[in-house]
Amino acid sequence: MCISDDPISQAHKEYLEALFDAGLLIPSGVDGVYGRSGVFEDVIERFERYVTKMGQHLDPEVIRFPPVMARQQYECTDHLATFPDLLGSVHSFTGKERDHIALMSKKEAGEDWTSCLQATEVVLAPAACYALYPTATGVLPEHGRLIDLTSFVFRHEPSIDPARMQSFRMREYVKLGSPEQALAHRDYWLQRAEEMLNAVGLKVKKVVANDPFFGRGGRVMAATQREQHLKYELEIPIATGDKPTAIFSANYHMDHFSKTFGIKTMDGNTAHTACVGFGLERIALALFKTHGFEPQEWPEGVRKVLGLC
Amino acid sequence: MHSEKVREILDKNGRLSSPVPDLSDDSDLYSAGLTSLATVSVMLALEDEFDIEIPDNMLSRKTFESISSIVETVNELAE
Repeated sequence: MCISDDPISQAHKEYLEALFDAGLLIPSGVDGVYGRSGVFEDVIERFERYVTKMGQHLDPEVIRFPPVMARQQYECTDHLATFPDLLGSVHSFTGKERDHIALMSKKEAGEDWTSCLQATEVVLAPAACYALYPTATGVLPEHGRLIDLTSFVFRHEPSIDPARMQSFRMREYVKLGSPEQALAHRDYWLQRAEEMLNAVGLKVKKVVANDPFFGRGGRVMAATQREQHLKYELEIPIATGDKPTAIFSANYHMDHFSKTFGIKTMDGNTAHTACVGFGLERIALALFKTHGFEPQEWPEGVRKVLGLC
Repeated sequence: MHSEKVREILDKNGRLSSPVPDLSDDSDLYSAGLTSLATVSVMLALEDEFDIEIPDNMLSRKTFESISSIVETVNELAE
């Protein structure tokens, strides 16, 4: 990867190095893959508890999926068509002894040993909610379903921007229901999340957004998504004010997932879905950037909301 | 003037749910089943056929919404 010296890359590099120096992130040798310190994790845990508390009155179903999903279910989505460059596919060795010897010889010779591997039944979860839709086939209850999810997700986009990790956590609330229920969910949380983030001192800005669809065809998809106002993000400067980072997104999928997985409302129509997601590492990074590296020294109001005092 | 060729390309790459001969030049191709991925195939086929490159600012839903909008784009780019 080419690391340029433009001011944005420089700001990313500086903030990343400051996080390493403070011990908040631990380098792995791969851009976007880091260990997290106890202090970093504590902030994430506290923020998650805050999210749980603010969603409690809605009585969501809590479901936890592992950070991998079934390849067969993944293939039913159009992720490979729209984000092939972000995919993480899990491969392993399924050969016999002779194949193993060939594999090890390649490794020892410094050759590409991964060609001796075979695809497994799983891929890395591209978003916390992807594993949910295939399990929701059938008819929804009258008021739809509201699901609370959190998971590590993977996106292959190595970057020196500390806020663009390859492996990170996403805390989501997903609504499956009528078009009105799905839209109301998205708009409710968009407002609620803005208030929640303001309450911890993060002055976010609401913007119409698009997903990073692959290639030039992806530009058509992105333009369509923006025209239809399907995705909103709350963004804030993290490493640099020149390029703010989205720390929350609110997405209305219409019948995109429901059509594929046969999710229906009680009146027999195809359901609509919406998901909202808090980018947990990004929120922690925004908090550290805004209030400093010592949570005990953060403003009292912020510490109170996060249960730090 | 490129209408026939555009129709051929759509027939081959558009994976439409309605047969191309049944569509008028102004029919909405998205209603006729044009998906995002098929749009990419159509775009690449148009570029090969007419030896053009559709610039980023024309990569929008509007460009691919009907046979006439595609023909218009091709006419503009294939001088």
